[in-house]
Amino acid sequence: MKQDNSILSFLNNNETRAIAFQVITLLIIAFVFYSGISNLIFNIEAREIHTGFAFLSNRAGFDINESMIAYTPEHSNLRVFYVGLINTLVVAVVGIIFATIIGFIIGIARLSNNWLISKLAAGYIELFRNIPILIQILIWYNMALLTLPSPRGSFNFFDSIFINKRGIYVPEPVIETGFVWVLIAVVLGIALTFLMKRHFKQKHSKTGVYTHTIGYSIGLIFGLPLVVFFLLGSPLHFDYPALTGFNFKGGRTFSPEFLALAVALSVYTATYIAEAIRSGIEAVDKGQKEAAAALGLTQTQSLKLVVLPQALRVAIPPTINQYLNLTKNSSLATAIGYPELMSAFGGTVLNQVGQAVEILGMTMAVYLVISLFISLLLNIVNKKMSIKGQ
Amino acid sequence: MAVYEQQELRKPPISQVGIVRWLRVNLFSSRVNIGLTLAALYMLYIIIPPLLNWTIFDANFNFGEFSIFGFEFGEVMATNTNCGRSAACWPFIYEKFDMFIYGFYPRDLVWRVDSVFAMTAMLFVIVRLVRNRKGSAKILLTTFVVFPIVSFYLIAGGVFGLEEVKTHQWGGLTLTLVIASVGILVSFPIGILLALGRQSNLRVISFFSTIYIEFIRAVPLITILFMASFVLPLFFTGGVDFDKLLRALIAITLFQAAYFAEVVRGGLQAIPTGQYEAADAIGLNYVQKNALIVLPQALKISIPNLVGSSISLFKDTTLVLIIGLMDMLAMVNMTANDINWLGRETEGFVFVTMTMWIFLYSMSRYSKKLEVRFSTDHKN
Repeated sequence: MKQDNSILSFLNNNETRAIAFQVITLLIIAFVFYSGISNLIFNIEAREIHTGFAFLSNRAGFDINESMIAYTPEHSNLRVFYVGLINTLVVAVVGIIFATIIGFIIGIARLSNNWLISKLAAGYIELFRNIPILIQILIWYNMALLTLPSPRGSFNFFDSIFINKRGIYVPEPVIETGFVWVLIAVVLGIALTFLMKRHFKQKHSKTGVYTHTIGYSIGLIFGLPLVVFFLLGSPLHFDYPALTGFNFKGGRTFSPEFLALAVALSVYTATYIAEAIRSGIEAVDKGQKEAAAALGLTQTQSLKLVVLPQALRVAIPPTINQYLNLTKNSSLATAIGYPELMSAFGGTVLNQVGQAVEILGMTMAVYLVISLFISLLLNIVNKKMSIKGQ
Repeated sequence: MAVYEQQELRKPPISQVGIVRWLRVNLFSSRVNIGLTLAALYMLYIIIPPLLNWTIFDANFNFGEFSIFGFEFGEVMATNTNCGRSAACWPFIYEKFDMFIYGFYPRDLVWRVDSVFAMTAMLFVIVRLVRNRKGSAKILLTTFVVFPIVSFYLIAGGVFGLEEVKTHQWGGLTLTLVIASVGILVSFPIGILLALGRQSNLRVISFFSTIYIEFIRAVPLITILFMASFVLPLFFTGGVDFDKLLRALIAITLFQAAYFAEVVRGGLQAIPTGQYEAADAIGLNYVQKNALIVLPQALKISIPNLVGSSISLFKDTTLVLIIGLMDMLAMVNMTANDINWLGRETEGFVFVTMTMWIFLYSMSRYSKKLEVRFSTDHKN
């Protein structure tokens, strides 16, 4: 074979080419970054925009009507960041809980052998999944403002929860000293439950005697803290909202913005969770159920030990992904002004301070961290749920 | 010998045939099901009649006078006051229809937008006609390159003696469709490059592609839109006067590219290594290998997911409202602020929701159909 000995032969070497391509890419990226950032610095100086994070300790100067932690306009911009972050987490957690419940119900209903129920579930999914979430948030918000009654005519649930135009009023737990022992009892109860389950599982595999543990579990997780609670003389009471004059006093208030956002996020995300649950259950082979029946497992045992573990393996990863989507979608609160991270910090503070790079950077970083956390969770779940081979 | 005569066939019991059987099996098969059916019927009874009353039976459909073959119908169009507040006032939508569709696009130039709509409809016909014919790829490719360019210049104007229409005048459904189509068309090639980059053996390229994709997918679109509207102009010298629509388009394109990249990567991963090895064995270089062997297969299997991702993009176009573009959703408040039609947000929301829903529902149906057509696993 003829050897190519020309000076340029190294150009045809794959490794050389690979290095060359990568160096060129690096150079291009470096150039784009360099020119972009130098323009950025130039423009920022030309417009006399401040740089750096000193603004975080400045006085915020605006009020936030809804905060889990103490907040007044005298507090700093950093405090606004925390208020927003906590509000984001609150609406995300509430949304996730309700989306999961609704999604689970709709997903099961979709597979019901009752024609009407199954069609209603399908209708729910097709209706709410094909309306952009922002429209849904705006519609729920407008509906809340239009249809909810004034404080005097509030919807009243057991004299403790009130819903009206100004929001939803719920009793607020007031923690007294000693309550920490109750929390310790809860943790202890959960730990003991695990130990007890392990013990009975070992007993089951050794002797074949099956013990129902549900009673013990309830006793340990709920009973133990309750006993501690009453022994310490109930170190917790509720502050109930009550109508005084034209408005409610006491309790904790969630604004109509929060209501609209939470409802829209749960209703929308539930459609995706429902589809995940449905496809999970459908993915379980029919033979599995038949095999379970052939082994003599009861209907409940078959569901608990055979069908659900396999269905959840398919359904849980997309569901967790939807949790992330829900959290990201909560940033749309900007449109109705619920003071979560994007709206309070990325919106109001940005308008006042004008340091878009720093503020949006911090906001994005938060979502990045949440997303990384959820990916981590997903990896753990996937590892735990993957089929164990020999 | 006994003679057997055929007896007349007895009819099955009434409860086992026809509608009665259907009802028994599907609605009243067990005690639980009876309860569920009744509960569901009660729920429908609570929800449906008021909804129908509001939208149809109690609603005002008085669109004004019109004549068919010289016969006069109707009366003077209803106004905000004689509509009342208890039911829908559709004359409002009738009067503001142009606003919802074209925004502030000059009314005498609206024919240009209409012709783009007509061309889009024709595009579907062309795709149907040339499908599965010889040379269809070339025709389709040309159409898909020519069509967006022609459409863009028709809407924007400024060439061939067409009067220029500034982007801040674009609005309504037109703007929604412009954003969605530009977003899809531009981000698609970028997405393919990113996917190839992420799968590449070249460490640097795959590192940066991965970082880009994962970063974009981790943050909400609204933060990227804000970045584009506040920070992007600062990255350019003299880019002080950056078109608002262009900023939104850049943000949406960069955002969507990451999602398309992940879809295409899914397709790439489904291609057996044998295909890559065969391409190497017959001496194709990287570009030939991907353009001729890998991508055609990978893209084909990712088509349903690409459509799915485009649906998400279509939903996301509503977010441009937050950075102040006048899309269809923004028209709800805009039209309800008209002094003659104050407080008609609900009708606007219903109209916009229905329009978006029809688009999104038909797209999702289409993607389901594609999924079935391209499905290669043999489920019964």
